Amino acid sequence: MTFRKYLVLAGVAAFSSAGDSLLARGMKDLGNVSLHNLSSLILAILDPWVASGILLLLAFFASYMSALSWADLTYVLPASSLGYVLVALVARFGFHETITPARWLGIALITAGVGFVAAGPSLTARKHAPVAASDVISPEAQP
Amino acid sequence: MKELYTWAAIAVIVAASTTGDVFLSHAMKKVGDVGELWKRHGLLHVVGRILGTPTFPLGLVAMAVAFYSLLFALSWGDLSLVVPASASLTFVANAFAARIFLHERVGKRRLLAALLVAGGVALMAV
Repeated sequence: MTFRKYLVLAGVAAFSSAGDSLLARGMKDLGNVSLHNLSSLILAILDPWVASGILLLLAFFASYMSALSWADLTYVLPASSLGYVLVALVARFGFHETITPARWLGIALITAGVGFVAAGPSLTARKHAPVAASDVISPEAQP
Repeated sequence: MKELYTWAAIAVIVAASTTGDVFLSHAMKKVGDVGELWKRHGLLHVVGRILGTPTFPLGLVAMAVAFYSLLFALSWGDLSLVVPASASLTFVANAFAARIFLHERVGKRRLLAALLVAGGVALMAV
């Protein structure tokens, strides 16, 4: 793992949580969406908060795609777990949502679980990979 | 009714996200290390190669479904429940999907992590 790759994983976590938080802020403005007015979901992208959230989620998507090009899916998802902690902090201090002790413990367990994976190899050998190994395995990424 | 809508939307997010993740991961493995390709051939080459991979658009469609389900869920539920719950359940579903469809080695370490995550999600629903 190089510094650039850690930076990409950090981008996955940061952009994802910031984007989700802005989307949530925008959707609170719009109110509850019911099955009878689903069209309001299309118009939601005109809301500045939702639009900003979408821009950040595009940045998330770019870093996510980059990470998936050199690491397992089961490595990239958990390695970006810091995002959950960021979302909880934003929800608590940004939107004043109540987070019960049980939810805090849940967030801690999730983070512990995903941190466990992050300590392992980023790319595992595949016996029957659908993709040629020469395309994906670089020496530094070998377990 | 509000809780039912939220959890139904979370279920759709998990199914669509997992499908999208598997397609996109497959596509990006086929493309190769984006950073290296960019250095050698430039950004346009990378973009062209990604767009030319058949599983990429399929992954995008699944992700779009997941995205609109997320908007729907966020309009009903708390951010601190919807985002971690859907993302964590997606992680567990992905562990199985990656093993089956992408042939990733999901060993004890990653399975234990899946159990920890599932426990965390259950606690958050209390």
